[in-house]
Amino acid sequence: MSNFKIDIREKENINVIDLKGYLDAHTAPELEKIFQNLIEVQKFNIVVNCEELNYISSAGLGVFMAYIEDVRKHNGDIKLSNMSAKVYNVFDLLGFPLLYDIAKDEAEAIKKFISVKK
Amino acid sequence: MNTLNLRIESKTERLSYVREFVSDAAKKFGFDDESIGKIALAVDEACTNIIKHAYGFSPQHNIDIKIVTNKEIFEIIIRHQGKLFDPKLVKTPDLKDYIDHPRRGGLGIHLMRLLMDQVEYKILPNNKCEVHLLKKLQVGK
Repeated sequence: MSNFKIDIREKENINVIDLKGYLDAHTAPELEKIFQNLIEVQKFNIVVNCEELNYISSAGLGVFMAYIEDVRKHNGDIKLSNMSAKVYNVFDLLGFPLLYDIAKDEAEAIKKFISVKK
Repeated sequence: MNTLNLRIESKTERLSYVREFVSDAAKKFGFDDESIGKIALAVDEACTNIIKHAYGFSPQHNIDIKIVTNKEIFEIIIRHQGKLFDPKLVKTPDLKDYIDHPRRGGLGIHLMRLLMDQVEYKILPNNKCEVHLLKKLQVGK
């Protein structure tokens, strides 16, 4: 039984990744594949909706770290949204709110992409 | 003094079981949800490092996890027989540099140090290596 699930959808030309469950060293390679696929097809505007993400370890953070520069180089971004306090605390402990754009909710994250385009 | 033991195979799919085992013990000891989350994450990071670096993802080895509690002290001792590891070689990352030049890796040990009250590495005879993670229960909190 897997304790992690990823769904991907498109909303207003933005790729939204929904994460559910536990993102650790066992499940991080699944997220890695999703990022690789998106970058391969030149999709650089990505929102990661963390509403149902219960847990993240440094292996999960490492996936975001590995691709953030790549997408920004192509004028894209990885924006994170709907984080629980528990998941946010891990980012905060490492000072990562300085590195990532963390939005309150998905709509706000998408709006930030659209306002940049205009 | 109370002790609890768990032996797992060196596979990342066992990490969720380790987190459950440690969380249950931390809850029974009296930690709040925030501290339980910190302890479980620190133990996950220690086991991940062992699976990845000490055993190089080779799954046929064992990792022994022992929880020792004494008064307000909650200590997790994680033992392996993989590649010896010198923690002195791992510098605390410069987070500004990390943010300026994002890259993966090197965050696990740093996180463990931030999450726990004490992190120690011990090299024992017979090529055994131990990671000691300690957290104190704040009485009256």
